[in-house]
Amino acid sequence: MIKEKEKYKLKIPSKTDNLEIIRSFVSHVAELVGFDADETYKIELAVDEACANVIKHAYEKKDTNHQIDLVIEIDVQKLVIYITDQGKGFDVEKVLNKNVKEYLAEMRVGGLGIHLIKALMDEVEFISKAGEKTQVKMTKYLMKNGQLESIAKE
Amino acid sequence: MESFEVSKKEDGKVVILNIKGYLDAHTAPMLENELQQLVDAGKYNILVNFSELLYISSAGLGVFMGFIENIRNNEGDIKLSDMNSKIYRVFDLLGFPTLYDIVEEEQEALKKFNS
Repeated sequence: MIKEKEKYKLKIPSKTDNLEIIRSFVSHVAELVGFDADETYKIELAVDEACANVIKHAYEKKDTNHQIDLVIEIDVQKLVIYITDQGKGFDVEKVLNKNVKEYLAEMRVGGLGIHLIKALMDEVEFISKAGEKTQVKMTKYLMKNGQLESIAKE
Repeated sequence: MESFEVSKKEDGKVVILNIKGYLDAHTAPMLENELQQLVDAGKYNILVNFSELLYISSAGLGVFMGFIENIRNNEGDIKLSDMNSKIYRVFDLLGFPTLYDIVEEEQEALKKFNS
């Protein structure tokens, strides 16, 4: 069990081959904090979605020499993940204001990842400006109402 | 190493794709290629069996979205079977059960194709 705040970092080339390494890194840290298998799976999937969005949308295709920065902060209560890229940014409001039904109706794939991230994590924040770095901050609480989430669910 | 494999068999007019392993943004193009080949060959009755799939992200779900309209316009369908609860939850979170025919077992999907 973690007694005080700790930080884990991964800096990795922005390519789909590396999603496997990213998932493995995240799930190991989540298990270390004490999340059960079900919650760990949700965290792993949310991070996969955020990183896949970076790989697909953040950088111009011809430019392959880019990195994703992943920072995980953990303490006794929660796990906070920061995913940062230096890509072209996106219009956060535009993406977040669409609901999943609109994406499905348009048969578009792009917004599904963001919808999943919001459904899987407790708190999600996107910070992005066109042409500047983009950061996704996502939080998962280990304790709910003073209880371990795995116990609170029962 | 987390890999992804697709194997294919035919049962009458239905093509059954067994998908195995990890389906993410890296491996989704493999499934996309398989489906494209089926569509190019005029095979529009497709059943995807998920029994050996361990992981899926939205990139995997997106593959089905890319084909379903064309396939239904040609009087076919993509039916999905044998999902474990972990995989099904991802489909459910994104509202897919209202758009796709997701059944418990392969046999049930085959019956629907042949009815």
